Amino acid sequence: MGLENTLFESLPDVVTVKLDAVVNWARKSSLWPATFGLACCAIEMMNTVSARNDLSRFGAETFRASPRQSDVMIVSGRVSRKMAPVLRRIYDQMPEPKWVISMGACATSGGVFDNYAIVQGVDKVVPVDVYVPGCPPRPEMLVHAITMLQEKIMKESVKDRRDTFEPESRLSVVPGTLPVTEGTALERETEVEVAQNEVSRPYTIPSRHERRRSS
Amino acid sequence: MTEKLHEFVEKLKAENASWVVDVNDAHGEVTVVVPRESIVDVCWVLKTKHGFDMLADLCGADRGPEEDPRFEVNYHVFSTKHYNRLRLKVLLSEVDPNVTTVTTVWKTANWHERETYDLFGVIFDGHPDLRRILLPSDFDGHALRKDYPLRGYEPYSMN
Repeated sequence: MGLENTLFESLPDVVTVKLDAVVNWARKSSLWPATFGLACCAIEMMNTVSARNDLSRFGAETFRASPRQSDVMIVSGRVSRKMAPVLRRIYDQMPEPKWVISMGACATSGGVFDNYAIVQGVDKVVPVDVYVPGCPPRPEMLVHAITMLQEKIMKESVKDRRDTFEPESRLSVVPGTLPVTEGTALERETEVEVAQNEVSRPYTIPSRHERRRSS
Repeated sequence: MTEKLHEFVEKLKAENASWVVDVNDAHGEVTVVVPRESIVDVCWVLKTKHGFDMLADLCGADRGPEEDPRFEVNYHVFSTKHYNRLRLKVLLSEVDPNVTTVTTVWKTANWHERETYDLFGVIFDGHPDLRRILLPSDFDGHALRKDYPLRGYEPYSMN
């Protein structure tokens, strides 16, 4: 049994693959989450990690407490206006490549809390890749979200994830106000021009993959 | 069941008749309306002489912008010795929502008074550290007043 017995004999010694495929395969298979467990959805996130629905079978082996060592941030729970700058700061401390899963109704859209204190959707603060509805979502739904994110990662290109250069990162722009761009390498010029034209704001640093216009 | 509480009210009246403006007895709970100048004295007397050693809650309420004493501050005192609860109520008008702090009597009133200031705008004179506790520090307005809109004034933006 095993691939050594069945398959590897017939393969040549050197195999050529697409760089994107290998890099994305490595990235999706070891997505280490940084937990941003804020409220009740954090309980379901704990359930997803525990033995019954085991998230580490999908590569989320350890939930790192430090954002500097994590790949995906699972925002689980309602984000209050007081907490939103803290959330953004933790997101900025994550190194590229990074993704965000917005777990639950409150992180997606404010949930049942349509009031003065809760941010109506965490995509006003960070760019989100996968939204998970539910109050709270079942653990299987969060597992499905991780799987969906893995499929999304497989479709990415390595060129998309270039880190921002120093002059660009000094011009902070509100997330979601960057123009929607197609393609990868040529767009850098226009992005810098747009960023220079706008008033510089203190909080956010544009990330290369923030392509989606959030509301 | 409330006879014991009315005895405490009579004892308060015996100390100083001006301390008890109104007594309300409903659903097994007794509420004493106290004028705001004498709230600290009433609390001291209740704590030292009558055994109401615990401040269970201190909260504010907004009766609405049309009422004349617009705000009220409710002090829920509890006696661990007699196992009784009593509510003291102070009525404050909108133009002068000041009342003396009771942190000298019970230390736990510190955070409760900060919460009442944060959400209603009631100012506690003599409070050691009166600042917002629940809402963000740069929040504009007092959120639990009846004329503050539920959704707030502006949607959230990162600036």
